[in-house]
Amino acid sequence: MTEGHVSPGQYIGHHLEHLSLNLKTFSLGEGGGFWTLNLDTFIVSVVIGVLLLVTLRLAATRMTEVPGKLQNFAEMLIEYVDTTVHEIVHHKTTFIPSLALTIFIWIFAMNAMDLLPVDFLPRILGVFGVPYFKSVPTADPNATFAMSLSVFALIVFFNIKAKKQHFVKEMLTFPFGPWLFPINFLFRIIEECVKPISLALRLFGNMFAGELIFILIAILPWWIQWGPGAIWAIFHILIITLQAFLFMMLTIIYLSMAHDTH
Amino acid sequence: MEITSIVGQVQAFSVLSAGLLISFAALGTAIGFGLLGGKFLEGVARQPELGPMLMVRMFIVAGLVDAFAAISIVMGLLLFFAENSFLSNALLAVKPVVGA
Repeated sequence: MTEGHVSPGQYIGHHLEHLSLNLKTFSLGEGGGFWTLNLDTFIVSVVIGVLLLVTLRLAATRMTEVPGKLQNFAEMLIEYVDTTVHEIVHHKTTFIPSLALTIFIWIFAMNAMDLLPVDFLPRILGVFGVPYFKSVPTADPNATFAMSLSVFALIVFFNIKAKKQHFVKEMLTFPFGPWLFPINFLFRIIEECVKPISLALRLFGNMFAGELIFILIAILPWWIQWGPGAIWAIFHILIITLQAFLFMMLTIIYLSMAHDTH
Repeated sequence: MEITSIVGQVQAFSVLSAGLLISFAALGTAIGFGLLGGKFLEGVARQPELGPMLMVRMFIVAGLVDAFAAISIVMGLLLFFAENSFLSNALLAVKPVVGA
């Protein structure tokens, strides 16, 4: 922050504004209620996802007897995720490890956008006339809820697939036996609905917190910014890895719980 | 005169709530992390060979402990530094009455 004429409140407010597209009128920068697409979140997350996909695809197609750096790294990652999954999930599956790997690297990369300086992308795009830009997709609750609701749909799907008609029986009779079935049912509903909400809010809260603190550091005078900035960035490396890991871990745990019968 | 007292009141309560949000979040995580780290050290002291496994589990729980406190702290910081939405809402509400 170098211009003197912007107050800290305005600066923060400007940085918390999404580049939104109204899907009813297809005009930029208008709130359309439900029919608003946050273009910045959407574009950044898709670009990151495609980049990761292409990179891993390259590593997979160019496999050699003596692995290069990229192949080594990819193999290490895959092996790590695979062992983590098979420590928790006890049935044979190829779907859960691949899902876990996707979640881990994608969320990690999206979180890592937080380490770019807060004004970097908005300034560059501002030259081309883009008014607002939030560069961290996971600091947008829409993105985190999209991911956690997909996981929730998978939980329901796996429950039905693994248990079939026993699923209803389990919902009604666990944990208090058949006579208290309304309470059992209520408990189960609450338990299931808390999963996507807590998954999404945990990731969103941490990333939003990190981003806001970077913005607050950016308000400080330029000659002191590097101190708190460096400290927070180093601490934030831990957080972004931890949150990506946590999202992956909880997904695996929920899916394995959906598979196991009580 | 009335409006100044209303603004003052809203601001005072905002400051108090921001302080509470930040301090209780810090207090909660501090206690949680203290317990967690202490138990981790105890476990490692008892069975050092389980260290790496316990470390991973500790980080999982640390992430769980940390998460909602971070949200609370950020809400407090927003109240402190960004535009106070309670204040602007209160000003909007009194606008028709005062006629300013």
